[in-house]
Amino acid sequence: MDDVRIIEIKKSVFEDNDRDADALRRELKGKGVYLLNLMSSPGSGKTTTLIQTINLLKDKLKIAVMEADIDGDVDARKIREATGIESIQLHTGGMCHLDAEMTRQGLDGLTLRDTDLVILENVGNLVCPAEFDTGAARNAMILSVPEGHDKPLKYPLMFSICDVVIINKMDVAPYFDFDLEQCKEYIRMRNPRAKVLPICAKTGEGVDAFAQWILDEVTAWKRQS
Amino acid sequence: MHELGIVFYIIRDVKQAAEENGVDHVSAVVMNIGEVSTVVPDYLTDCWRWAADKEPLLKGCELKVHIIPAVTHCDGCGREYETVRYGRTCPHCQSEQTWLLRGNEVEIKEIEVTNTT
Ligand SMILES: Nc1nc2c(ncn2[C@@H]2O[C@H](COP(=O)(O)OP(=O)(O)OP(=O)(O)O)[C@@H](O)[C@H]2O)c(=O)[nH]1
Ligand SMILES: [Mg+2]
Ligand SMILES: [Zn+2]
Repeated sequence: MDDVRIIEIKKSVFEDNDRDADALRRELKGKGVYLLNLMSSPGSGKTTTLIQTINLLKDKLKIAVMEADIDGDVDARKIREATGIESIQLHTGGMCHLDAEMTRQGLDGLTLRDTDLVILENVGNLVCPAEFDTGAARNAMILSVPEGHDKPLKYPLMFSICDVVIINKMDVAPYFDFDLEQCKEYIRMRNPRAKVLPICAKTGEGVDAFAQWILDEVTAWKRQS
Repeated sequence: MHELGIVFYIIRDVKQAAEENGVDHVSAVVMNIGEVSTVVPDYLTDCWRWAADKEPLLKGCELKVHIIPAVTHCDGCGREYETVRYGRTCPHCQSEQTWLLRGNEVEIKEIEVTNTT
């Protein structure tokens, strides 16, 4: 006769990761290292935006970059060549996101001597990275004009966890009937606290506002650590 | 492959629970999956089959999925409604001051262990 024993678990699949992420955030704070998690769809301009931003900040802050991709090391090399800062590639082993443990392993591969700011370019995807806390101090995302102004309605979780939403490729807005005001309204519905920054990473227009936000954030973080 | 990532987390948690309870084979894992969580149940069970069979503890172990219907609460009128049908706007009072009460779960509910005697 088969008798079935039931063992109750009732545990969220994200619970362990959330705990690891909180521990990592505390450790980084103790070291005075500010970790920024940057997310977006593939090709929305993360690497281009980072290059512009780093070039505005590299005299004021010691910066390192971790590029997370499923494969390849194009982006890490691009950042190194265009800015001269330390930049490493993380491979996710086929996974669609980075979790806190993978982020920690990535950080172990950096020198982190006197580093003020580490920027993580997460895997290009608007769904999965939103569910896995990496241990970053803050989350930022890029929405690019060709993706359309209705994205906050379709990917509410991503928009609700980001402190900054960059709207990139503003130069092509006229070709895509992109309605910036409508987009801001949709973002506000999902996340009233999010700061919205329209930029053109290609020319660098508007990137100074993002750089300033980072500088203020890092300064405040170090004061508390 | 979002679901495959989730499957690895489930396997890790189930292994831990099995060890704590001195179990050497699990016959089923029961999941609570919210209707508006980003997990697609069919993909989840496909990924599960592929990954679970590689583990002696979970060989042939079935993944049972309970769908939790999504319910939104309205601060405007204090009532609740079906999220999937009406979205963010309350069908009773048209308020947009609404929040998800349940339906976002990705949770391991329980595991089943069969003792053949
Ligand atoms: N027109 C226009 N093109 C841009 C702008 N910013 C980036 N691009 C272009 O968009 C493409 C993708 O840019 P990347 O910076 O590589 O985007 P990414 O998000 O890092 O891409 P993945 O890492 O592959 O997800 C490149 O061809 C860029 O030249 C912009 O402001 N305007
Ligand atoms: Mg890139
Ligand atoms: Zn109402």
